[in-house]
Amino acid sequence: MTAVANPPEEMAKEIGRDRRRKEDQRLITGRTRWTDNLSIPGTLHLAMVRSPVAHATITSIDTTEAAASTNVVAVLTSEDLGESQGVCINAWPITPDQVTPAHLPIANGRVAFAGEIVAVVVARTAAEARDAAELVDVDYEQLPAVLGIKEALKDEVLAHPDLGTNKSALWVFDSEAAGTGGNADDAIAKARTDGIVIEREFRQQRLIPAFMEPRSVVVDPTGEQITVWSATQIPHILRFALAATTGVPESKIRVIAPDVGGGFGGKLQQTPEEMIAFAVARRLSRPVKYTETRSESLVSAHHGRDQWQKLTLSAEKDGTVTGLKVELEADLGAYVAIVGGGVPVLGAFMFNAIYKFPAYHFSCQTVLTNTTWTDAYRGAGRPEATFGIERMMDELAAEMGVDPFVVREKNWIKHEEFPFTTVAGLEYDSGNYEIATAKAKEIFGYDELRAEQKRRRDSGDPVQLGLGVSTFTEMCGLAPSRVLGSLDYGAGGWEHASVRMLATGKVEVITGASAHGQGHETAFSQIVADRLGIPFDDIEVLHGDTQIASKGLDTYGSRSLVVGGEALVRAADKVIEKALPFAAHLLEASVDDVKFHEGRFQVVGTDAGMALTEVATATFTAHNLPDGAEPSIDADATFDPVNFNYPHGTHLCAMEVDTETGAVKMRKYTCVDDIGNIINPLIVSGQVHGGLVQGIAQALWEEAVYDDQGTLVSGSFVDYLLPTAADTISFDVDHTTTPATTNSLGTKGVGEAGTIASTPAVVNAVVDAIRHLGVKDVQMPCTPERVWNAINHGGAGGATEAAAMPHFEPDAEPGTSSTEGAGA
Amino acid sequence: MIPTAFDYVAPTTVEDALSALATHGDDAKILAGGQSLLPVLRMRLNAPEVVIDLGKIESLRGVRDDGDAIVIGAMTPHSVVGSDPLVKEHALLIHRAVEHLADEQIRHRGTFGGALAHADPAGDLGAPALALGSSFVIAGPGGTRTVPADEFFIDLFETAIGDDEILTEVRIPKHTGWGAHYEKFVRVAHQWPIVAVAATVKGSGGSIEDVAIGLTNMGSTPLRARAAEDALRGGQDLAAAAELADQDTNPPSDLNGESSYRRHLAKVLTRRAVTAAAGG
Ligand SMILES: Cc1cc2nc3c(=O)[nH]c(=O)nc-3n(C[C@H](O)[C@H](O)[C@H](O)COP(=O)(O)OP(=O)(O)OC[C@H]3O[C@@H](n4cnc5c(N)ncnc54)[C@H](O)[C@@H]3O)c2cc1C
Repeated sequence: MTAVANPPEEMAKEIGRDRRRKEDQRLITGRTRWTDNLSIPGTLHLAMVRSPVAHATITSIDTTEAAASTNVVAVLTSEDLGESQGVCINAWPITPDQVTPAHLPIANGRVAFAGEIVAVVVARTAAEARDAAELVDVDYEQLPAVLGIKEALKDEVLAHPDLGTNKSALWVFDSEAAGTGGNADDAIAKARTDGIVIEREFRQQRLIPAFMEPRSVVVDPTGEQITVWSATQIPHILRFALAATTGVPESKIRVIAPDVGGGFGGKLQQTPEEMIAFAVARRLSRPVKYTETRSESLVSAHHGRDQWQKLTLSAEKDGTVTGLKVELEADLGAYVAIVGGGVPVLGAFMFNAIYKFPAYHFSCQTVLTNTTWTDAYRGAGRPEATFGIERMMDELAAEMGVDPFVVREKNWIKHEEFPFTTVAGLEYDSGNYEIATAKAKEIFGYDELRAEQKRRRDSGDPVQLGLGVSTFTEMCGLAPSRVLGSLDYGAGGWEHASVRMLATGKVEVITGASAHGQGHETAFSQIVADRLGIPFDDIEVLHGDTQIASKGLDTYGSRSLVVGGEALVRAADKVIEKALPFAAHLLEASVDDVKFHEGRFQVVGTDAGMALTEVATATFTAHNLPDGAEPSIDADATFDPVNFNYPHGTHLCAMEVDTETGAVKMRKYTCVDDIGNIINPLIVSGQVHGGLVQGIAQALWEEAVYDDQGTLVSGSFVDYLLPTAADTISFDVDHTTTPATTNSLGTKGVGEAGTIASTPAVVNAVVDAIRHLGVKDVQMPCTPERVWNAINHGGAGGATEAAAMPHFEPDAEPGTSSTEGAGA
Repeated sequence: MIPTAFDYVAPTTVEDALSALATHGDDAKILAGGQSLLPVLRMRLNAPEVVIDLGKIESLRGVRDDGDAIVIGAMTPHSVVGSDPLVKEHALLIHRAVEHLADEQIRHRGTFGGALAHADPAGDLGAPALALGSSFVIAGPGGTRTVPADEFFIDLFETAIGDDEILTEVRIPKHTGWGAHYEKFVRVAHQWPIVAVAATVKGSGGSIEDVAIGLTNMGSTPLRARAAEDALRGGQDLAAAAELADQDTNPPSDLNGESSYRRHLAKVLTRRAVTAAAGG
């Protein structure tokens, strides 16, 4: 060894490290506390009797035979449970006059969608409950069902006859009225005379969140608090809703979301099943469990998207955009879910995206239909908006005969223009679209692929190549409480964190965010490790139990890091603040002479110092603390963001289209996302990969289809096509870094970015491949049949036949018992 | 979901299985690999009182050489069929079809006989078995009978196997040296075909001496594309012959495609399958 001086010992930074996720071993092997894995002695099991028809009056329910079935404890209807079942709430009435049907957990007298619960069977085993459910004899007098937005708008057939209309609410934003821009109609009228007007109508098909772990709930009413375990994203909101609608005091309810196997927004709900389990457990004073089957999940857990989007964009001849008008129609399904009409409203702020539209008008008409209710699904409102605008920018470029980047560069916010207030009234804090785009184009090999596209076109190759662009941004980190209040949302958007310094030098971190697969335990440990200078392995992140994490607003809207992480940073800083005088006292130094650095309090200019963990031990014994000091260095913080958070990025997709069959094949996908500073690149890349696949799946594969009777045809994974690894390619994922200015870590949300950005990139690529054949749009999902129809018959490919491929022959006619056909 | 309760028997000989079938009649269901039967039971589309598992009957497993044919036991799993050298040498078309059948897990459980007995018109084995002129050996109370392929498939999920019978093996005439290709058209990898074309070709250097073409999911049973075959044997060029591929078919309409689109696909896929089978 040569005598080279070692650099001073610095602790390796945790932030930025690609740590393997500490939760993965238990999550991947499944040896963990999933709700369904819990067995409390004496548990009774529930089976739901669901309506096989979309709309009907219930003329009678005969439970005699079911009640007499082996080991059945009770068979209960809506009437039996009465007010004890509470109601399912809509927390976001988007207008004061919103039409909101009452939503009882168990239908009373009338069912409004196929899959709705009409009775619950309670038995000693799940199998016995299921057997007895088949014996509940329900008489339905069918009513006409209204299906599809366009039909609902006619108000001829009503989803809820007593309401007199299917129209729930009309929500409008107008930049002229809001003072954030001009008049969109004027801009469009002017462009009709001297500019360019692009008008399109796009379909956002209905999707099913399809989380991996089916929903499950266990309720134990036997303690001082009624304990509810649920596979939910929102334990805190659920507790509030249970208390608010059943009259049980909030302090008597404990909700636990143990390990939860994915949600994607699909578990952001106060579900009928949770309400029923709660009511039954209280009524029988016994623990109960309900776990849905996959078939039940597909028909009864809320769906997502489902909009028609009529878009009008005006521009000057040179491509400078002058106005944007968005007319949305959104299907709520049979009931207004917890976020409900708020989902499309979130999109209202994002249609203008990264572009400097001087005038903007947005309206959204929500409608009720006799289908499964809809609500948040990964991205919630922003994917729909991003799809609309990014498709339109490609259409503008095509109309002008220029490269899609030409119109984007001409209209986007330049990096030196940040912070920038948009025509929708939001202030984007930071961003740099130029460098993200430059980097993406280089990695993608944009120019070479364009050259190949030309070669294929020139030679008339049956396999054509198309390139799709999506330069997205989104608003996440839900949300500033005041903004939510101004939109009439029923709760705030803050987040809470606590840091508990244990006597042995270990640390417990508590967050009000509720991870369900995202990796918070790892990422939050990394943040605290750096902040407090404590080894990663000495930090435990606790969450998802209202007794431990008493305050919180849970996980959705890419909020956990940018809101919850900030609360955590602030709590950690308070720990240091509280520990400093203790350290100074123990070190017999003046507070001003003690500095905290990498886990140690050091008396400046001396060797004297002590570790934070030693202060924690000294605080525990409390033998020698400053006079009158409260013996605690634990700290809490509640953070209410001042602004949303705006990740952005440039996504590029190359698709091959077999013009003979309409089959599409992904050739290359590159994304360069700017999500600010990255805590854990491995987790980020997991979020981006998964997000991309979900967005690509909307473009190519997934669609919830109903037949004209209101039966969900895509009611199993045979017909609702979820992709697997075999269907995707290896993505090029990279980043640029423009830190957010609204949180201390400079982070931006990444949970939904991939899903939001990718869908239009893929569809733009498909359309680009066959635009020279006269195609201007292909409706999602871009099935081979639709693509082939678009090439050969014009249009966007049209609707698909609402029939499933049968693979499992029934011996008896399906739909004859009380539950079949509704995916029991 | 949870199936309704049923009794389970696992005989070790075909005779015992037949007598169990005779005893329970309509109330019994045969279990092979369970890859179709278990979903049916779990979705409660069927509720047999007795399930007769053929899994313990050794004589129903394996592939053997039988002179001018190879014989595949009904209980031979797809994965074994897919890697069997006799199948590859003498019935390359079966080998090719199995490569694309479902996913790895299902190929290890699902069986050759179970898939054919299930008779899903979208199943990947019917069209190749038909194209190769296979015959089906069926054991019943009165002994064993052999049914040719074009009489085996009767309708959607319906075969010549009687309620009191068991499919024991499938005899496939050797097509040694024939080229083969299974062109399967799907939207996602692990999916039943929207349409598939099974083509096997005798010939060399692109010339076609003889050809057999089977169609998957172009009707309620697997079908032969006889008109296209005849045209090719008669020396017509492939592009023209392939245009005849949808003759006498009756394809379904569903989420994945209208009947008319399936007809179109059958033509394109026939051209591609024959080209590939002929080594083009
Ligand atoms: C997710 C999934 C994807 C699939 N994808 C494909 C695919 O792409 N292509 C494809 O071809 N198949 C596919 N399959 C089906 C698969 O090939 C099954 O294995 C096959 O259809 C049934 O075979 P099995 O051995 O599992 O039979 P089982 O499910 O045990 O039985 C099927 C039926 O045949 C009867 N039966 C079985 N054996 C006999 C016998 N010897 N005599 C009389 N009756 C009998 C049974 O009573 C039952 O009615 C898929 C299955 C699943 C679950």
